This record gives sequence, structure tokens and C-alpha cells, in this order.
Amino acid sequence: MPDLQLPAIDYSALAPMLILFGAACAGVLVEALTPRQSRHRIQLGLSFLALIAAFVMVLVNYDTRKITIGGAVAVDGPALFLQGSLLVLGAVSLMLIGERSIEKGGAFVSQAAVTVGSERDLRQAGDQPGATEVYPLTLFALGGMLLFVSANDLLTMFVALEVFSLPLYLLCALARRRRLLSQEAALKYFLLGSYASAFFLFGIALIYGFSGSISLNAVHAAVADPQRSQVLLYGGLALIAIGLLFKSALAPFHVWTPDVYQGAPTPITALMAACTKVAAFGALLRILYVAFEGVRWDFQPVLGAVAVLTMLVGGILAVTQTDMKRLLAYSSIANAGYVMVGVLALNSDGLSGTMFYLVAYGFSVLAAFGIVTLVRDADGEATHLSRWAGLGRKSPLFAGAFTFVMLAFAGIPLTSGFTAKFAVFGAAVEGGQTWLVIFGVISSMLIAFPYLRVVVLMWLSQPGESTPTVSIPGFMTSAALTIGVVATLALGVVPAPLIDLTRDASTFVR
Amino acid sequence: MEQTVEYAHATGALSGIWLLVAIPLASAAILLLSGKRADKWGHWLGVFAVAASFVLGLIFFFSLRGLDAGARSAQQSLWDFITVGGLHVDFGLLFDPLSGVFVLLITGVGSLIHLYAVGYMQHDPGRRKFFGYFNLFVAAMLLLVLGNNYVMLYFGWEGVGLASYLLISFWYNRPSAATAGKKAFLMNRVGDAGLAVGIFLMFATLGSTQYSDVFNGVSSLSSTTVLIMGILLLLGAAGKSGQFPLQAWLPDAMEGPTPVSALIHAATMVTAGVYLIARSNAIFSANHTLQLIVVSVGAVTLLMGCIIGAAKDDIKRVLAWSTVSQIGYMFLGVGLGGGAYALAIIHLLAHGFFKANMFLGAGSVMHGMHDQVDIRRFGGLRKYMKWTWLTFMMGWLAIIGIPPLSGFFSKDPIIEAAFERGDWTSWLFGWAALIGAGLTAFYMTRLFVLTFHGPERYTDDIKHPHESPPVMYIPLVLLAIGSIVAGGLLHYGGFQDWLRPVTGEGVEHDPVMAAWLISTLGVVFAVVGALIAIALFRKGTALEPQPAGAVVTAARKNLYTDAFNEGVFERPGIYLTRALVYLDNKGIDGLVNGVAAGVGGSSGRLRRLQTGFVRSYALSMLTGAVIVVGAFLAIQLGWIQ
Repeated sequence: MPDLQLPAIDYSALAPMLILFGAACAGVLVEALTPRQSRHRIQLGLSFLALIAAFVMVLVNYDTRKITIGGAVAVDGPALFLQGSLLVLGAVSLMLIGERSIEKGGAFVSQAAVTVGSERDLRQAGDQPGATEVYPLTLFALGGMLLFVSANDLLTMFVALEVFSLPLYLLCALARRRRLLSQEAALKYFLLGSYASAFFLFGIALIYGFSGSISLNAVHAAVADPQRSQVLLYGGLALIAIGLLFKSALAPFHVWTPDVYQGAPTPITALMAACTKVAAFGALLRILYVAFEGVRWDFQPVLGAVAVLTMLVGGILAVTQTDMKRLLAYSSIANAGYVMVGVLALNSDGLSGTMFYLVAYGFSVLAAFGIVTLVRDADGEATHLSRWAGLGRKSPLFAGAFTFVMLAFAGIPLTSGFTAKFAVFGAAVEGGQTWLVIFGVISSMLIAFPYLRVVVLMWLSQPGESTPTVSIPGFMTSAALTIGVVATLALGVVPAPLIDLTRDASTFVR
Repeated sequence: MEQTVEYAHATGALSGIWLLVAIPLASAAILLLSGKRADKWGHWLGVFAVAASFVLGLIFFFSLRGLDAGARSAQQSLWDFITVGGLHVDFGLLFDPLSGVFVLLITGVGSLIHLYAVGYMQHDPGRRKFFGYFNLFVAAMLLLVLGNNYVMLYFGWEGVGLASYLLISFWYNRPSAATAGKKAFLMNRVGDAGLAVGIFLMFATLGSTQYSDVFNGVSSLSSTTVLIMGILLLLGAAGKSGQFPLQAWLPDAMEGPTPVSALIHAATMVTAGVYLIARSNAIFSANHTLQLIVVSVGAVTLLMGCIIGAAKDDIKRVLAWSTVSQIGYMFLGVGLGGGAYALAIIHLLAHGFFKANMFLGAGSVMHGMHDQVDIRRFGGLRKYMKWTWLTFMMGWLAIIGIPPLSGFFSKDPIIEAAFERGDWTSWLFGWAALIGAGLTAFYMTRLFVLTFHGPERYTDDIKHPHESPPVMYIPLVLLAIGSIVAGGLLHYGGFQDWLRPVTGEGVEHDPVMAAWLISTLGVVFAVVGALIAIALFRKGTALEPQPAGAVVTAARKNLYTDAFNEGVFERPGIYLTRALVYLDNKGIDGLVNGVAAGVGGSSGRLRRLQTGFVRSYALSMLTGAVIVVGAFLAIQLGWIQ
């Protein structure tokens, strides 16, 4: 039996992920060992501590550029930047998840296994505190995302994909109100997600057949060799891409998005819209820029067509939406298309612009969903658009903040939406992808309509009798909203520091 | 005639020339921003600011005289104004013999008119605002004549346009004043656009808008370029100076308060066109056709102004048409070129005095007659307004060219010069100028006699006309003295030599008639014209305009120029805008709304694909996957290039 060579492991470089996974495991123990009343406080504190510690470790690793643990994990500029972004956006999401003052017991159901509509269910809906398992689940999801953006071989990437997907499926099912809708969303997400994972896994198999390796570096080397089977290469690339396009919600793999965004508890929707997008695009960037750079002129037109389709579908379908969460879902689909334009610029400006866009969009979308959690009536959140009529007269502060975020989504200057779009579109023009930018601008024009319609609805309509009240947010939601809105403004007015940071981080190690 | 234009840097006392503009500008800012608090003393601040500029102007003027004859100029670059690509414009000022005399005219006459306005606007609630605008005008006008490049000139040009607009519509709640302001503004836009394009052309062909660069570079340009550039500048000049074909706004501008008419629309702003051409003499002298055009514009305008002026009954409109006509003489002068530039400037300065004098006199008459302006309702005012009568008489004698008053010395040389063009056109323009002199005498005498002499024809509400207060008639007296002596002083005071560094030497031709004969004819024409008018109007006139022949009717209707403008420009313009609005509503809006409806419709249809069934979602994903994989393989196998 030959000697097994243990690979070198740089624990410091892996520390952010180790901390999150460790804290998540500790969170499971907390569920088992501590009394029910104190779990919420302990779990929340533990989660924040873990996120802060992981973020500190990302900062400590600021200059690290290496591949470790036997080539499975790459710690480089994009990985560290995206990990840091995920941790910050995740912390803001956690503020929304941990909020318990808007609704008694929080946004999550107490016991998800209770039959919907039964007597027990009605009792628990009233006053029982929400399940605290959401915190370890969130930490597992974020840890998986951290691993996903730095995975340097295909199997690690697949494992990371599953690690962050499974907790999300569960989290989607845990809404306190409208539980059937929530469970239906979770089931749909799970079925379609498994379906997409199958594509991804089959793609990995084909690529293994093509290159004889699962390491991204080996794939890169194999791509340069014309003797190998091109059918395996392109078939594998296409299937791997499909798996990632599903997670990033690009058309025609976006179909799950509106239903899941609508059904999931709103803080979880916010987490998915902000963090899943960062993780999925981070992995896509790594796959396309590291493994398949050699055939970039071949995948560019196909993925370009996907981007165009996504931007148009998102823009056109957003026009007729009547539910705020579905509207934001289509907006997130269109935004995925804009990010894809930056990815397909295939130059370093495109890489840095894409990362900037993901962060800017993440903050704005967190603020948007944060406000959605506040607009409610006796039955929970009032998400139908007609219910928002005249909101500006009832609570100008929140309607003003929401208006600002809508303007950011529409890409109006002095908001991060403008600088981010400018970054990706500018990079794409430089990269010779002007056709994508033309469609991007057309789509931006289309989707400005629903955004502005919401603004008009809030400010220029008379408040009706059915206009719900806006709840006074607790400390954590206030903090999340403030961070989201201030970041949207700051990245629109002084984007230079973050842009410099993304430029510094725009080189992959191979 | 090749010569290089160079300007010396401002040194010593002359380094303070920026104060000339800064003082009235600061005063305007104080008056306009400080609100009601300044109501009590604001008008005196306004007078003081202009008087201070006048004193400074005198100091600078004598400093300039103290310099060597060849080096009488001082330019000063305050800061970079515009730096874009190859365009570099300084905020630069130039004080030379030409701008020097303009500064003295603007601030000198301006001070007297400001003083007069203290009395004239005494009962007006907006007096502080009026002085604010007035000071703004003075600052802009000084900037116009003091700039050392065309962009500065344009800056001042637009500034005086703004001030003129604000002051014409000063009584903006009168519809006629508001309309007149708008008319002035729009017609000036036509001219301003010409000037602006002319400046663009300079930058395009010479790469600079600096006076020295432009004047030195003119000789390198083709004569067509010079002609186009000159016509564009002339368009600007004609707009600002109320010359044919852009004369129609000037008489309407009399809707403003009388001091405005005197300062802006008689003495200073309307002469900006003359200044522009005199300043740009290097361009205008370089092309003979261009000079012919300028001379023709001047001759047509001067005759037109006389004819229309003879048919008007509104005292200020007669004076306004007279201004149009007199500026026509100045255009004639600057068009003749050479030494005639100086003659035109002499006439400009002399005219500034006697026309301001008569406008203020008209204001004084209106002040004592309940704002009556119809000369058919005056008569015999000599008895009631001694000072006004006496000073107005000096202006009248000056403008019709009776020696030894101002007008004789300033107008007669222009008529002589018109006879000196050296070809057959001498006869044409010479006689036009002579006939103009006779007509001027006729209509000015008509005005004078109907106002101050003959039977009293007052409306019933006027019992006892009264003389104006001293604050109003003292400026009149000073201006009357100017009307008497200015022309002679300038003529014999070596003014042509003074301006020579700016205008250069002219080529003299022999006159087609002896000079003494021309002078004599000029005086005879004036006297005959005046005598005819006295004979006709000595006994007064009908209280209402009477039916008259074709010429008088045409003259009463401004020779149909307004009808022409309305028919040729205004109506087609209105139809064009209506057509564009129609196109916008039906075509462009229709397209936009159609696209929006299309998007909404397709959105509604696409929505139905979102069924909510996982099986159909999975099917659409599978379809997408097949297409994506197929596309990749198609590219690989060469089916799609």
C-alpha cells in the first residue's frame, strides 16, 4: 500500500469558512443543550460573532494569494473580496432574520412540522416564538457560499453548492404566515434545484472525461490541447454553466425565482437575492475565467444570448407584476442579466465591475426587502401593489427610502445603481460587447417603468382604506435599512474606494 | 496696410481697470439681493457706483494719454475663463483709445441719467430694483467694451441684452411692455446667433478669439471666409443696434421707463453694433464687398428711420426712429472705412449727448403732462417748462446739424466721406446721406414745434403743466452743454489722431464734389427741412391722425416691415410649431405609446407561461438546457460561425 501524502493545509487561509461551519455546528448543539427561552439570544450572538470573526480573518488574509488543501480551495483576490462581501451582506440579512419586534416571535414558524390550518397551527401562529434553527441553517448556507466562491476543483464546488442550497430549501419553508405558499415555494425550489444540480454534476462527469481531472487548473491545461474530445468539452461546459445559471436566476433557468421569492419568508428572500447571487456569480466567474478561458470566444455568444434573454424577460415581465415581492424577483432576474454583461466583458474591468455590481445590488435589495417586511396589516405583510397606494403620505420616511432604492434599481445617477451599471456596461463596451450593452440599456428603460410606477403609486395616489400601516422597525431592521440605504447612496456618490478595492482583487490564481 | 496688433500689459494706475466693471456689478448685486432694506438709500448707491466708475474712467483715460502715442493700450488677464480642448479664453480686459472713449460715454452720460432717474422714478415702488438693473446694465456694457477677446464681448453683449429685456418690461404688468420686452429679446436672439456663429468661425479658422490673434490672422484668411465672418458679425451688430432688417424691436422698446430709453436705447447699448464693427475694423477693412454691405445697411436704415419718424405721433417713438436713423449714419461711417471709423465714433459720442438730452427732455415733458406721449396733445409747453424747452432746443439744433452745434461737426464729415468713396456709389450714398439730413430736420422740427410751440391741445385732465424738479433738469442742462460743444471739441480736438492706433490709416479718395459745397448743401437741406416743418405745424395740427396718402400711411405702419416679419417669419413659424406639435403628439407619442402597449401586451402573454406548476418549469428548463447544449455543440461543430 503506497504512502498517502497528506496535502498541505493553510488553516489561516481557510479560517473564514472553518469559523462559519464550526459556529453552525455549535449552533446545532445550542439547539440541543440550551433552554428554549434563551436560544434566540444565544444563537443570534453566536451567529454575529462568527460572521465578525470570519470577516476579521478575511481581512487578515487580505494579501493571501494561494491554492491550498491539495488544490481544492483557491484563496485569491476575487475569492477574498467575494467572501468579505458575502459576510457583510450576510450580516445585514441576519439583522432582518433576527428581527422579532415587528411580528411577535419573528418571521419564522415555531414548528414547521405542524399541519397547516390545524388547531395547533393556529395556536402557534399566534404567539409562539419562531424556530431558532434558522441561525445555524443560515450559517451553513453562508459557509457553503464562502466555499463556493473559492472552490478550485469541480467536486469541491459541487459540494459547496449543495451545502449552501440545502439550508436555503429548508429556510424557504419556514414562514410564519401563508405557510402553504412557503412550503410550496420550498418544494419547488428543492425539486428544480436538484434538477439543476443533476445537470451540474453530469457536466462535471463530462469534463472529467474530457480532461481526466476535476481541478480547474488541469481543465485549463486540457482546453489548450486540441487532441481531446471537443464534444465532451462543450457538452460539459454547457451543463456546468446551466447549473450555475440556475442559481444566478438567468433565463430560461429563472422560472423558480418569482414563486420562491414570493413564498419564502421575506428575510430569507433578502438573503437569497443578495448573497446567493454573489455566490453563484462568484463561482461562474471562476469557472469561466480560470477553467474555460481558452474557449472564451466560443461560450461568449451563447451566454451573451442568455444575458440578453434574461434582461428582456426580467424587464418585460416586471411591467405587469402586481405583487411587490414578485416585482422585486423579476427585478433581480433583470439585474442578473446586467451582471452577466459584466461577466462577459471578459477583461479585468469586467471582473471588477461585476464584483462592484454584486455588492451594490446586494445592499439595495436588502434595503428593499427590509422595507417590504415593514408594510403590513393584520394578516402579515401586505405585498400587493395596490396596497402601497398613498404610502408616501402615511409614512414619508419609509416611502422616501423605498423611492430612493427604486431609483437606484432604475440606475439614476447619485445612486449605486448608476455607478454599478456604468461599471459593467463600460467594461462590456471596452471588451467589444456593445450589443449586450444596447440590450442592457433597452431593458433598463423597460424596467424603469415598474419602478417608477411604484414611486407614483406611493406618492401621487390617495391613501385608500386598505393602505396598511408601516410598522415601527426594531433596532436590527432599522440598522439593516440604514446600512442598505447609506451604502446605496455612498456607492453612488463616492464609488472610488470600493472600485479600487475590486480592481486590486481582480486577478485569479491558477 | 499690413500692421501687427499688439497690446501692452496694464501697469501702474491702469492695472485697476477691472474696478470699472466690478463697482457697478457689486452695487447691482447689493441692490438686487438686499431687498426692502435698501429701499431708502439704494438709488443713491446706484448713482454713486456709476459716478465712481466715471471718475476712475477719467483717471485711466488720462493715464492712457500720458503713454507714448504708439503704446496706448493696457490689457489685463484676470483669470482663465474657459479652457476646453484647444479653446482657451481668458477673462481679459483691454483699455485702449477706443474702449477709453466708450467708458467715458457710458459712465459719464450714465451718471447724468442715473441722477435724473432718481427724480423720474421717485414715485415708483420698484425704484431700488430699477437701479439694480440699471447698474447691471452699466457693468455689462463696460464689460462689452473692455473685453480683450470676442468671448468677453459676447459675455457683455448678452449681459446688456438681459438688462435691456428686464428694463423694457420693467412695468411687466402692462401687456404692451411685456410684449415689447419679448420682441426685443427675440429679435436680438437672431442677431446674437449671428455673432455667436461668427465667433465660432473665428475659433474654427484662426484657433483663437483673442482680438490680437484674430486681427493679425485676418490677412491669412480667404476673402470668402472674411466676407462670411463679417456678415455674421454685421448680423449681430444690426440686431443690437436696431439696423435694417432687425430694426423693429427698438421703437417698441420705448415701453420701458424713459431713463432706460435714454441710456440703453439711445446713448449706449444700441451703439454696441457700431463699437463691434469699429473694433473689428481689421476684418471689415479687409473685404470691399463687406464694406459695401455695411454702407448699404446704414443708408437704407437712415432713410427708413427718417421716413417713419416723420409719420409718428408718439414723442418717444419719433425719437426712437430718429435713433435708428442716426445709427444708420454711424453704420454708413464705419462702412466707409479708413478715417471714417473715427468720424462714426465722433457722431456716436455726440449723438449720445444730444439724444440722451432729448429723451430726458421728453421724459420731463411726460412727467409734467401725466405721462401723455402724443405730440398732437402737446403745444405751447415753452411757457410752462423753460428749462426743458431750452435744453430740448439745443438737442434739436444739434441733431439737425446747425453750425456750430455738435451735430454739424459730427454728421457733416460723414456726408462728406460718403461722397469720397471714389466710384459711382459716392453719388448714391452721398445723396442718401444728404436727403436724410433734410428729412431729419423736417421730422425733428415737427416734433419740437408741435411740443413746445403753437396752440395748446391738452387733454381735459391736464390743467397746468409743470416743470420738473432740479434733480431732473440739472442733468438736462449738463447734457445740453454737451450737445452744444461735444461735436466741435471732438472735431478739432485731434480725436481722429487719438483713434488712429485702433482704426489705422484710411485710403483717401478725392470727393466727387467740393467739400465746401457738400457742407453748404447739408446746412441748406437742414434749414429747408426745418422751415417746411415750421410752416406746416406752426398753427398746430389735428388732434387725431388724418387720412393721408400712400407714403404717409406706409410710414405710419413702419413701412410694412412689421407686416412683413409677421407674414414671412411669424406665421410660418407658428404653422411650423403647430405641425411639430402635431407630429409630436401623433407620431412620436404614438410610437412611444405603441411600444409601451406592445411591452405591456407581451408581458401579459409571457406571464401566462409562469403557471406555478413545477412540471412546466422543469420542461422550460429542459428546453433551455437542450438549446444551450445544442448551441455550444453547434458552435463547436461549425454549424454557427
